[in-house]
Amino acid sequence: MTKPLKSLLLALLLSATSAFSQNSTGPLRIEITDGVIEPLPFAIPDFVAENPESNEYARKIVEVITADLTGTGLFRAIPARAHIGRITSFSRPVEYLDWMAINAQALVTGSVDLSGTRQISVNFRLFDVFAGREMGKGLRMSGKSENWRRIAHNVADEIYSRITGEAPYFNSKVVFVSETGPKGERSRKLSIMDYDGANVANLTDDQSIVLAPRFSPDGGNVIFTSYQTGFPRIHVLSRKDGRQRPLVDQEGTMSFSPRYSPDGRSVVYSLTRGGNTDLYLMNVSTGASKRLSYAPSIETAPSFSPDGKRIAFTSDRSGRPQLYIARASGGDARRISFGRGNYNTPVWSPRGDLIAFTKQHKNRFHIGVMRTDGSEERLLTASFHDEGPTWSPNGRVIMFTRETRGAQGMASLYTVDITGRNLKRLETPTGASGPDWSPLQK
Amino acid sequence: MKHESKLLFIAGLLLSACTSGNDSGEINLGGINSDPIEISDMGQIDDPTSPLYFQEVLGDRVFFDVDLSSLSAEAKSTLDGQAEWLNANPEFSAIIEGHTDEQGTTEYNLALGARRANSVFEYLVSQGVDGPRIRVVSFGKERPFEVCSAEMCYAQNRRAVTVISAIPAG
Repeated sequence: MTKPLKSLLLALLLSATSAFSQNSTGPLRIEITDGVIEPLPFAIPDFVAENPESNEYARKIVEVITADLTGTGLFRAIPARAHIGRITSFSRPVEYLDWMAINAQALVTGSVDLSGTRQISVNFRLFDVFAGREMGKGLRMSGKSENWRRIAHNVADEIYSRITGEAPYFNSKVVFVSETGPKGERSRKLSIMDYDGANVANLTDDQSIVLAPRFSPDGGNVIFTSYQTGFPRIHVLSRKDGRQRPLVDQEGTMSFSPRYSPDGRSVVYSLTRGGNTDLYLMNVSTGASKRLSYAPSIETAPSFSPDGKRIAFTSDRSGRPQLYIARASGGDARRISFGRGNYNTPVWSPRGDLIAFTKQHKNRFHIGVMRTDGSEERLLTASFHDEGPTWSPNGRVIMFTRETRGAQGMASLYTVDITGRNLKRLETPTGASGPDWSPLQK
Repeated sequence: MKHESKLLFIAGLLLSACTSGNDSGEINLGGINSDPIEISDMGQIDDPTSPLYFQEVLGDRVFFDVDLSSLSAEAKSTLDGQAEWLNANPEFSAIIEGHTDEQGTTEYNLALGARRANSVFEYLVSQGVDGPRIRVVSFGKERPFEVCSAEMCYAQNRRAVTVISAIPAG
């Protein structure tokens, strides 16, 4: 063994005693709600390729699983060059001592089998190294080989859930607006990608301005605002056949800011008539709309509670944009934001306990969260321009748009943990804005 | 063509207005991608009945204070000129585009731009312009005229622009 490796091992072992006061007999567990978290070191040695054709997939699948887990900021992958143990057979018992020696708290082993050309199977196991036992059951995931990324995300979701006790989110999509061209005449098209920025595909061309796409609850449709007629109107696009049609098409009005109800049967949106913007609720199957608000002020950016009973929205009835909650059936609204500055784009967490929002105060923009009664406001970000939060399917992470200052200013997508940690830019091929995070995919 | 660069600029404005007339004589984006683009004749700048005169001599735009949609005395004076022109040239129709600066969110700025366009609409109607000749649209913060991130640009972007079209409305 070389000297540098020895000193590395020593450092890792030392840090293990301080960073992880894990009881060696208790179960391995990250409590995400705890204060500052030292990422949990884990090892994921190369998955065993059951045949030569599986080699490339085995390597790529491990890469995706590793990126998913380390991307949360909760895990740290111990590099393969530091591994002592080797996994050459998926079924053989693991030598815990080899992995304890490098302070791997968790060990992931797996194998990949490419049968024929189209079918791929991935087996994996998760071990609690210091407890000396397997965590949960080994699983086999099979599918078409072109879906290898989804299979990898599924494996990572299992590992994440078993260790954190949280619902997973890696196997999800993001719909957003791709932006190209100079700031004054930007071209926009709707695009969709995996949550991690892979597999970007365009859903529309860039002939008209498109804004703020939102998934239907089953993920099958995308609803958005389009200037195809020259005026902002709400359109719905089917992901199945790529066709789009106007959903709200009233001459002499503008409609925008649509969102589905959790059951997918209604769409709440803003409609402007005679310069006044109010909230409306449409029954998707009949196309009939019902007016929800009757104020001379601006009412916009509505979002349903997960139980579908309430709607959070922005109104400037107090003189400045603030957040309000009303029953989805209409009636009086209750103001929930009282801090200084402007509050906008409230979005209900899928867990129902928090509302994410955009705050503008003293020429700075923030993404923040508050409880649904407006208490415990916390700002998670600060920049020249942050806007438009959307929640990961498990309510742990928020994605939003960050635009940089000036004539060369560009929009891109960022994610941040609801604890305010782990702020990251998501790589996209072009500028990107207006994201909506899908539910967990099947 | 004498005013080629101006005409290109106007064509750009009309493109951004993206009107979908079904007659010749205006920019037509019509369908999503395949319809032809037609260029209209904006006339000569020294012809007081031309859209170019409207745009360049009378002034096609008015400006607003932060978050507001009320019209200043200067704005009203510009709109008086616009109303007079529209009343004298009934063969033209107009689209009023409301815009905001980049501060604020997409949705709120769409609504604010609509308020601004509507202020202009109501003022022009109060000056005798026939309402059905005018349509309003908001672009929110999506089409800035100036692109710097400073008040000198923001002030130019908080605007409502009256775009003249040769197509009779309705």
